Amino acid sequence: MLLQNTTGKNSSQLENIAVPALDNKLVATIAFAALFGSFLLYFVAFAHSEVLHNAGHDTRHAITVPCH
Amino acid sequence: MLVRVLLAALLAGVLAGAFATAAQSVRVIPLILEAEKYEGDGANSGHHHESDSAEKAGHSHDSVAVVEEVEIEAWAPDDGFERLLYTFVSNVIAGVAFALILTAAILVARQQMSLQSGLVWGAVGFVVFVLAPNLGLTPELPGMPAANLQDRQIWWLATVLCTAGGIALMAFSKKIPLMIIGAVLIAVPHIYGAPMPEVHETAVPAMLAVEFAVATIVTSGLFWLVLGGVLGNFLQRATIAEANEEVAI
Repeated sequence: MLLQNTTGKNSSQLENIAVPALDNKLVATIAFAALFGSFLLYFVAFAHSEVLHNAGHDTRHAITVPCH
Repeated sequence: MLVRVLLAALLAGVLAGAFATAAQSVRVIPLILEAEKYEGDGANSGHHHESDSAEKAGHSHDSVAVVEEVEIEAWAPDDGFERLLYTFVSNVIAGVAFALILTAAILVARQQMSLQSGLVWGAVGFVVFVLAPNLGLTPELPGMPAANLQDRQIWWLATVLCTAGGIALMAFSKKIPLMIIGAVLIAVPHIYGAPMPEVHETAVPAMLAVEFAVATIVTSGLFWLVLGGVLGNFLQRATIAEANEEVAI
């Protein structure tokens, strides 16, 4: 039976495989992306440090996170 | 780790952040500067903010009326180019942060990516991070009254998590009861209600607040579409490259 991906092409052709295999590498990538992304968001949009607040002030207002 | 995937997110975030700075410069940033003129007693206090009783604890907008006290005030970028530069850097960091979070969600959902599917993910990001929280906490200008900062931050985060979880249940679960739970999850923060200020009086003109609300929503929508589309395309290239490398090894 021919496996089909959503583009309708034969998924056994490697160049059409666009979903990474579920393995430790993928789990590590997901964990890193989620944690580092959350850390950056906290740092730029939520940290109560006055200096960080002042530096990111206009961004906080523009992306509509609580600021004042 | 899939380094190419992370680099794709990084690059998409940087580009979206740069785009956001340009887009915000049209309406959003001029409106913030305009609103600051109404802070405090109406004197143009530049980047400094008057504190109010609700946010004295820990938070930091103490405008310094006495010149001698300027020395102890925390650093802030000078108005003009320096301030815009820091906004640019902050937008890029925020762009990378959202790109990484969106990438994690895309990888968890194990979706095949393209520019088109990226646009859909970007639209969902807009709903989760902008529309849902703004239903309770409307976009704030400097000088507008608001409830305790930490309470609002907690409500914002809870709303984002509930909305994301609710949409995931509705989109990926095949079972009707789970989809209903998803819908309820989306509604819960709004039924509970966002923290509201005790008084709503402000020197900021209502027209300014309305213009700002529209400008931020439109600008954020464009930002999320650019981020989603670019990220979708970059992730498609990155995952194909990763797969080819696997085979080469």
